[in-house]
Amino acid sequence: MIGPDGRLSPGNVGRLSRAPWWLLALALGGTLFAWRAATSEVYSEIFGRLLSGLGVTLAVTAIAFPLAIALGLATALGLVSASPVRRNIAMLYVQVARGVPILVQIFIVAFVLVPLAVEGIRWAGGGLASGLRASDVPMGVRVVAALVCAYGAFEAETVRGGLTSLSRGQAEAARALGLSQRQALRHVLLPQTFRRILPTLGNDLISLLKDSSLVSVLGVRDITQEARLYASATFRYTESLTLLALLYLALTLLLALGVKALEHRYRRHAA
Amino acid sequence: MPPEPETSPPAGSPVLEARGVVKRFGPVTAVGGISLEVRAGRVTAILGPSGSGKSTLLRCLNFLEIPDAGDVLFMGSPVRARDRELDLLRSRVGMVFQQFNLFPHLLVWENVALAPSVTRRLPREAARSRARDLLARVGLEDKAGAHPSQLSGGQQQRAAIARALAMEPAALLFDEPTSALDPELTGEVLAVMRTLASDGMTMVVVTHEVAFARAVAHEVVFMDAGQVVERGTPAQVIDAPRNERTARFFAR
Repeated sequence: MIGPDGRLSPGNVGRLSRAPWWLLALALGGTLFAWRAATSEVYSEIFGRLLSGLGVTLAVTAIAFPLAIALGLATALGLVSASPVRRNIAMLYVQVARGVPILVQIFIVAFVLVPLAVEGIRWAGGGLASGLRASDVPMGVRVVAALVCAYGAFEAETVRGGLTSLSRGQAEAARALGLSQRQALRHVLLPQTFRRILPTLGNDLISLLKDSSLVSVLGVRDITQEARLYASATFRYTESLTLLALLYLALTLLLALGVKALEHRYRRHAA
Repeated sequence: MPPEPETSPPAGSPVLEARGVVKRFGPVTAVGGISLEVRAGRVTAILGPSGSGKSTLLRCLNFLEIPDAGDVLFMGSPVRARDRELDLLRSRVGMVFQQFNLFPHLLVWENVALAPSVTRRLPREAARSRARDLLARVGLEDKAGAHPSQLSGGQQQRAAIARALAMEPAALLFDEPTSALDPELTGEVLAVMRTLASDGMTMVVVTHEVAFARAVAHEVVFMDAGQVVERGTPAQVIDAPRNERTARFFAR
């Protein structure tokens, strides 16, 4: 683990032992499976079904993630705010959203908060919004709202951690130059924060992609829902679920490699 | 054209003034009611043992520490600790830190150009050429496109001085600018500061460099335990101290 030179392994070792053998093993397994699947009618049929849900999975992730970061950023600024009101509101949200399982949050947002919000809009809008019903809000929207709510709390803690890890001298130098609080954040603190938390954000993106499978409980037809529907109709559970898992794995690996590349690009001068 | 900052104050008129400034940290009084007048074109050196409150006093001058009592006056008018007013004060009073505090995510010239382009909306190209001129002034014209992490400590501090100069300050505050440097790198930074002083820059320098204070400062303020023990010309304070505490400090 920690070598005699104080380095975390692997230290100065040969090329062969540093090669990503896990990736090779995975690629090999994937190729074997792909070959087996390509020659099987069942697999190509399942694969077709999954592809029709892929857009939903990717869209839910791609929409929810930036919104969660935006919510997390706003919350993080609340957490480090000088105002006790903002601090406490931010803290309350983080603790609640972190402490309730995501699945439960999805149910609550979908079946409690959205109907409540619709009631509120109707009440506030008077005659204008009287035709609005909770059923007008698609399940996909509710699910994205729930995921944003859940992940916003994680991102808030991540951003706050990154912000407070910067040396105080950075903020001092920015303010001493006459930059306002907002300008110091925008031009000095946040760019450095995001470079620092990039690995964590990457992990969260991967988690979110996986957690997007929870939307299937509301019947939103993502890849998980498509696999379940296919399996229950044909009783081909083994094939459907194997292919589903492999598809998630392929997606998360792609994301992980992308995040690594970004990290590499920013690592040198992130300091 | 971006608005030109106000012209420098006439030589000899007060730029910065502290009146009875007090700063406490919990039970510790770091600055115990100090008054200080910094006149245009003059160099004030603040000397004293570690923990004597000299850095805190300096930081009170641009409100990086908010004084608990007393006033700070800029160009004769008192500054209130309100964000807008402080931004204005700080855009006219530059600060150079012990740890340089360059922005690691920006190139060297971007460090210098940031404040004018953000706070004065100086267009990018103008800010860039201004930054290059300032870097040339501190001998770093060839490092404009480098990252701060690629510079030596002395070069980083010179870049930090260029960054502070970019706002065309009426005064510059130096907080132990050479204390974090290897001894062989202090010379290049002190040389830049010397040139600034001889160009008439108003400066307040917290330092342990007695030789520099003797050669460059118009006034030396010796502090101990949050109080000014002695002040006067370098010849008086450093070479012929009347106070016993001062004498002991400079006898080393």
